[in-house]
Amino acid sequence: MQAKRGSKFSYWFGEKAVPHIVLFTYMLIALFPIVLILINSFKERKAIFKTPLAFPNAETFSLDGYATLMERSNFPLYFTNSLIVTVVSIFLILFTGAMAAYALSEYKFRGNAILGIYLALGIMIPIRLGTVGILRLMAAMGLVNTLYALILVYTAMGLPLAIFVLTQFMSQVPRELKDAARVDGASEYRIFWLILPMVRPAVATVAVFVMIPIWNDLWFPLILANGEKTKTVTLGAQQFLGQFVSDWNAVLSSLTLAMIPVLILYLIFSRQLIRGLTAGAVK
Amino acid sequence: MAAKTQSRARKKFPFYIVVFLAPATIIYTVFMILPLIDSLRLSFLSNDNNQFIGLQNYVTLLTDPLWKDQFWNAFKNNVVFFVVHMIVQNSIGLLLAAMLTMRQLRFRSGYRTLIFMPTMLSVVIIGFIWKLILSPLWGISESFLAFFGLEQFFQPWLGLESTALITLALISVWQFIGIPMLLFYAALISVPYELEEAAYVDGANAWTTFWRVKFPLILPTVGIVAILTFVGNFNAFDLIYTTQGALAGPNFSTDIMGTFFYRTFFGQQLQLGNQAMGATIAAMMLLIILAGVIVYLFGWQRRITTYEV
Repeated sequence: MQAKRGSKFSYWFGEKAVPHIVLFTYMLIALFPIVLILINSFKERKAIFKTPLAFPNAETFSLDGYATLMERSNFPLYFTNSLIVTVVSIFLILFTGAMAAYALSEYKFRGNAILGIYLALGIMIPIRLGTVGILRLMAAMGLVNTLYALILVYTAMGLPLAIFVLTQFMSQVPRELKDAARVDGASEYRIFWLILPMVRPAVATVAVFVMIPIWNDLWFPLILANGEKTKTVTLGAQQFLGQFVSDWNAVLSSLTLAMIPVLILYLIFSRQLIRGLTAGAVK
Repeated sequence: MAAKTQSRARKKFPFYIVVFLAPATIIYTVFMILPLIDSLRLSFLSNDNNQFIGLQNYVTLLTDPLWKDQFWNAFKNNVVFFVVHMIVQNSIGLLLAAMLTMRQLRFRSGYRTLIFMPTMLSVVIIGFIWKLILSPLWGISESFLAFFGLEQFFQPWLGLESTALITLALISVWQFIGIPMLLFYAALISVPYELEEAAYVDGANAWTTFWRVKFPLILPTVGIVAILTFVGNFNAFDLIYTTQGALAGPNFSTDIMGTFFYRTFFGQQLQLGNQAMGATIAAMMLLIILAGVIVYLFGWQRRITTYEV
């Protein structure tokens, strides 16, 4: 009797309580630094140092940091740049990537497999290793310090994974559908347009995948577009933070401003993203 | 008959295939593959007069006292950076995934979403957040340790040669732990429940069931996580550059291949940028990454037994 109760307890403890203890503890570790920055960005300087763990209240609330930010930096411009670069790159990656994926999955032509492997090389080989060549090329094309340079590089960077994932999904579309369309006299381009909506979930997943590294990238903006007019949010924040190290209010609020859009987008799309990551991994 | 269809196929060249494939292939080739090849080519040229000098840049990098110490220092630091990720990031990731896949766990998606959150943020932001938290000026870490009565152990970890690299590696682990967690999670949920149940009926507890039944089934994912960690680590740059600057201080103790490459190519302070040596370092990074991929493909993926479930 005693033994049975003991084992019941250890079952309850092992199967029910331990996972929650572990996960909850780690969740606190993951969130604490982020929350700490968020709450302190709304406090006055003295309170940041005196009571860093307290939430801002009527006495300590202050928007000083945000005011400095608006006065001294071009954050709205950086946001616009990041937005343009990310949206245009994603569009190019998805459109040209879907076309290539369709051809690879649909047509048997000589060199199909080799082309597929060639296009997949970029999944494992980081594009950064070609930076010397990329900078020379952009200089030769006169694109240094333009957003075009970033868009072209990010498109090349995102394509391998996009093509790889989309090819898998495109090849699952039933052949009968395409053949029926062909019998009706539809052109190959028309068939592509008919297929595209059927892989919409995959397209959305790929979009989220390729978006994060582009939005967060520091390397290429630093090297190809570090002029004031072409700075992205990540580079702008990095340089602003470097200059204003001692202005804690400004530093905390710029960190908050740079985090908020990503956090909001993440909370909206997390289900989709995680489903995509897990579905991709099973393959 | 066969010849006839072939000649007919020849006559009607499938132009649309070219239309579908051309845009992606051209962008990818022009902006990724050709620059990579150009970089490799430059690594065989002299920086002063663009003359072909064979492997001279590589010899300089590996034997010249001015270069070799820097190179081996960056390489060694990068290995340490990678080892910390493999041990800490991937084992905690596995633990969290194992907990997340327990049957009838409540708040599963809540935990998953929140633990993954830091992974989404820019490394620049993460680097600065931790720089602030570890700063002796703010004193958060110190008072945190004091809460446990451990304040005498506080040190400015990012500023000390002996601890800076490990601290940065742990910050990076903290940020990217979501990736191994999700990959392991995906692998674990695809293990059929009947296997687990059978083990349970045979008297195995959760611990044994995990290591004897589930873990052998997810070995392919272990390999994928390892190679992704390897490629990501030997290509890292942002975190060190953001927190320690291009000089990877203190005294180069946090210099890794990415920062060494950046500093060499663009120069810093008194040193001019050196295109040929930059290209040479990038080529070495490529070799290291390819070596890792080959070990993964032939040493791991081919050898492990994959079970069809």
